[in-house]
Amino acid sequence: MKNEWPLWEVFIRGQHGMSHRHVGSLHAPDAEMAIKNARDVYTRRNEGVSIWVVEAKHIAASSPSDKGPLYEPSESKVYRHPTFFDIPEEVGAM
Amino acid sequence: MYAQMIKSAGTGVKSPEEMTPEERRFQAHVDANEKVEPKDWMPDDYRATLIRQIGQHAQSEIDGQLPEGNWITRAPTLERKAILLAKVQDEAGHGLYLYCAAETLGISRDELTEDLLSGKMKYSSIFNYPTLNWADIGAVGWLVDGAAIMNQVPLQRTSYGPYSRAMIRICKEESFHQRQGYDIMMKMAQGTEAQKRMAQDALNRLWFPSLMMFGPSDKESVHSAQSMAWKIKINTNDELRQKFVDQTVPQAEYLGLTVPDETLKWNEERGHYDFAEPDWKEFFDVLKGNGPCNTDRLTARQEAWKEGKWVRDAMMAHARKKAAAKVAAE
Repeated sequence: MKNEWPLWEVFIRGQHGMSHRHVGSLHAPDAEMAIKNARDVYTRRNEGVSIWVVEAKHIAASSPSDKGPLYEPSESKVYRHPTFFDIPEEVGAM
Repeated sequence: MYAQMIKSAGTGVKSPEEMTPEERRFQAHVDANEKVEPKDWMPDDYRATLIRQIGQHAQSEIDGQLPEGNWITRAPTLERKAILLAKVQDEAGHGLYLYCAAETLGISRDELTEDLLSGKMKYSSIFNYPTLNWADIGAVGWLVDGAAIMNQVPLQRTSYGPYSRAMIRICKEESFHQRQGYDIMMKMAQGTEAQKRMAQDALNRLWFPSLMMFGPSDKESVHSAQSMAWKIKINTNDELRQKFVDQTVPQAEYLGLTVPDETLKWNEERGHYDFAEPDWKEFFDVLKGNGPCNTDRLTARQEAWKEGKWVRDAMMAHARKKAAAKVAAE
């Protein structure tokens, strides 16, 4: 039986979606079939108007153990958010 | 529920003192209702229990297609046929979502398929009962999908991220299944005397097997306690069964059908219905492989795999040929 089809990750953009979102994965022999299968498996209820598929082995992901070093630096930089700055009401919308 | 009698791999819940620092960190993460993702560290027993539970759940979705597929060619109208086809297609989809979730735990699709075909992987006892008349398709949607929803709604909050996401998707689609079943039951129950008899007959045969779906009482089970501590399981089997009975009895009354349990009675004090337990001896017998349809289901799975082989092989050969031609052209 060892003839397993490769694993593909499926990304779908909905009618009013701004970008493709990961919805799940599936097995298929090639990209064309992966898109056809994704249509059947992930868009049975009008979930999307565009499908991307990418073979899972081509995705590089950050490691959970890097969570600290990767994301902590942004925690202390509250000035990156507009609400950090008090603007007097008289100035108006800004 | 679709996964009955899951034995966790460990020996029961460990106290914080017995845990390794990693296990303590993991438990704190789960206790804080944070999701566990595929690359996160997790106890081996957590991984093994989840593979078993998601695997059983997936296979139940796949096997669930068989009793209903039995009626696709004989549905009474074209509309009912189209609806039933859509429902059965959903079940295939649910099986696929769940297999993908199981694969993120490190088991391959091939291994899962082998367990499906050999009969090694268990699946819900309910699918070893036959669908004898058209009203059974109504009763399956109403009761079997109803019981499944009862189990799956809390599982949306399960601790393992990919399982939780699959459950959210499945729950969104499952409500259609139960409603189309109840719709069939309404039509039958409000139909001719013969149709009403068929509806009652379906309820008579499927009531207790539906109660069995939740599994035997697990109040005392160490496996269940561990699964609940890990938030792989959210409610006890008895809680879910009671909830199902409380919800379903008024629905049967609306249909003018009689639940086949003479002891069934509203208990004012408890605020719940009292009801009879199913025959657990029959349940264990079905799990062992001696239900009315165990052999049929196993044969159907193996036949489908065998008959589809040339298609799978041809598609793979075509994909390889195309890939080789592309390389040659570059």
